[in-house]
Amino acid sequence: MNEKNFIKLEYEILQNDFTRAGEASSNIKKILKQLGIEAKIVRKVAIATYEAEMNIVIHSYGGMIKVIITEQYVDIYAIDKGPGIKDIELAMKEGYSTAPNHIRELGFGAGMGLPNMKRCSDEFNIESIPNEKTEVYMRIYINKI
Amino acid sequence: MRLDKIVKELGLEVLTERDIEKEVKGVYIGDLLSLVMANASENNLWITIQTHLNIIAVATLVGLSAILIAEGMEVEDETIKKANEVKIPILRSKLSAYELACRLYELGV
Repeated sequence: MNEKNFIKLEYEILQNDFTRAGEASSNIKKILKQLGIEAKIVRKVAIATYEAEMNIVIHSYGGMIKVIITEQYVDIYAIDKGPGIKDIELAMKEGYSTAPNHIRELGFGAGMGLPNMKRCSDEFNIESIPNEKTEVYMRIYINKI
Repeated sequence: MRLDKIVKELGLEVLTERDIEKEVKGVYIGDLLSLVMANASENNLWITIQTHLNIIAVATLVGLSAILIAEGMEVEDETIKKANEVKIPILRSKLSAYELACRLYELGV
């Protein structure tokens, strides 16, 4: 396969921007569908990018979602500046959330974001520096070997 | 089952433009968006009491057939506007999610 054959997408995500939240993931989904990628894979990418997008909106000071689509896989990078995650192991536990009450009332903060992202990915990595940044990397294979 | 039939049988209010001639396959009930994203299936009718703008993003991403607001909750104008843009019907009923589920079950959805 030709490694040069790829599509790169980048979206800026703003803190507390609930009005536009979900637009990046909706756009990514639309593009994957247009490329004729299997519905099951599109759904995984949609969930992973949506959760990543909402995490940036809710928890960070702002960041970006970068997506690289190749013939074999979709890579998703969610990068933000913000308070970071002090205990990643704890943050990965289902049901653990630091979202404030007013956010929970909107149906977020179920403590399912990161676990959902991991479940949808074939490769998953998260790194964070407290009081600086968080970076999540996810790879979803289009044609599983 | 057809959405327009469900609307008629359950006497649902249609808050969006009447774009309700589509198929519904199954029902999902939930107010936590992450769970809806993870567990609802394509073409489900989604019963919830959440009414803010982000329910449209969730419905679009999962490919839900429509959103049914239970308990007669008020729906923000911007939510309805966005729903019209992406053609996700928003329906509403005074019944609870449980009562709606029972009625839908009786209908054979």
